[in-house]
Amino acid sequence: MVRALRGLGQRVTAAIWRLGYASRFFLAMLLHSGTALRRLHLTIREIYFTGVLSLIIILVSGMFVGMVLALQGYDTLARYGSTEALGVLVSLSLVRELGPVVAALLFASRAGSAITAEIGMMKATEQLSAMEMMAVDPIARVVAPRFWGGVMSMPLLAALFSAMGIFGGYLVGVQLIGVDEGSFWSQMQASVDFREDILNGVIKSFVFGIIVSWVAVFEGYDAEPTAEGVSGATTRTVVTSSLAILAADFILTAFMFTGT
Amino acid sequence: MSRTTLDLWVGFFVAVGLGALLFLALKVGNMASSSSGDTYAIQAKFDNIGGLKVRGAVKSAGVVVGRVAEIRFDPEAYLAVVTIKVDARYKFPRDTFATINTSGLLGEQYIGFEVGGDTAMLNPGDTIKKTQSAVVLEKLISQFMFNKAAENGDKDKK
Repeated sequence: MVRALRGLGQRVTAAIWRLGYASRFFLAMLLHSGTALRRLHLTIREIYFTGVLSLIIILVSGMFVGMVLALQGYDTLARYGSTEALGVLVSLSLVRELGPVVAALLFASRAGSAITAEIGMMKATEQLSAMEMMAVDPIARVVAPRFWGGVMSMPLLAALFSAMGIFGGYLVGVQLIGVDEGSFWSQMQASVDFREDILNGVIKSFVFGIIVSWVAVFEGYDAEPTAEGVSGATTRTVVTSSLAILAADFILTAFMFTGT
Repeated sequence: MSRTTLDLWVGFFVAVGLGALLFLALKVGNMASSSSGDTYAIQAKFDNIGGLKVRGAVKSAGVVVGRVAEIRFDPEAYLAVVTIKVDARYKFPRDTFATINTSGLLGEQYIGFEVGGDTAMLNPGDTIKKTQSAVVLEKLISQFMFNKAAENGDKDKK
């Protein structure tokens, strides 16, 4: 009994300690960001690895999500005789929710895991210690550029996802099923507001970018320097950041889209 | 990979991403149509606004000429005070009649302006005098039912 309690206490203390460590790590990273932004080519390299290489998966899945939304939405809307609202349905669900969230989930598994594995391997092969030996701060040289690369890529990827999804919805809804093209676009434009919907979606994806990149670089930096430790850290990155994205999405949605 | 190709790809990525945002703003959103031009505010008091919402449309002859900016409750007169932002291009006569209409049977509610014949125009900050409240469907139905019941009652007496 006592031992079980002690084990619980230990686990909670460890979790809180880790959270504090992660926050201190986040602050250190922000303090060292100046170097990362001044030596921009480091960050640009990371934007290439996280952003450009994620393009294909983001574009293809965005397109398919939009097409499925149009198919399913048409089925339901046809029952109420309001198929012209298909554009509204597809665009609002993509711009507000699915775009930022699904893009961030894909981003976490495509780019976040890669960042963790890379930093973890650097730690396992003692490259990070070697850098410290040479008086190069690994947080400024390795961690901060990866973080900022992810933060900058994420909103662009989410916007591409939404745009591609709406295009997919247009293909299926208008070209395949035959919803009237004029009402598809005009109803969409009448009900999607730039500030309320699109800008809030961009803010969401920005927040998700911070979450994913932070979790990814932290797990990599904190990984046990063994092959097993790196694989565990990679798994933890995907799980933790996915859960964090969904939780943050709930909170952001509660603030942004209720009321009025 | 050499640095120039890398830069090229990242530049391409950023350009495409910003293009997608622009597409969302202009083609999907209403940035192109709604935020154009100045507006002026006028007020209208209604007994009952029904389901009217902030940002609802204000139409005259079916054309959107403004938006509902604010809905307040006046605790002294027990009326709903609706502030309307009208497009500055359009002027309306003093005796314009504001009604709350519903688009379609179950659609959104909007304010309709029926233009009067006054030569003086509404100035910013003015209040529209003549208004008509929203039609509450339940009231209409119950009125109809009561009338029917009364009619039947009369018939029974005879």
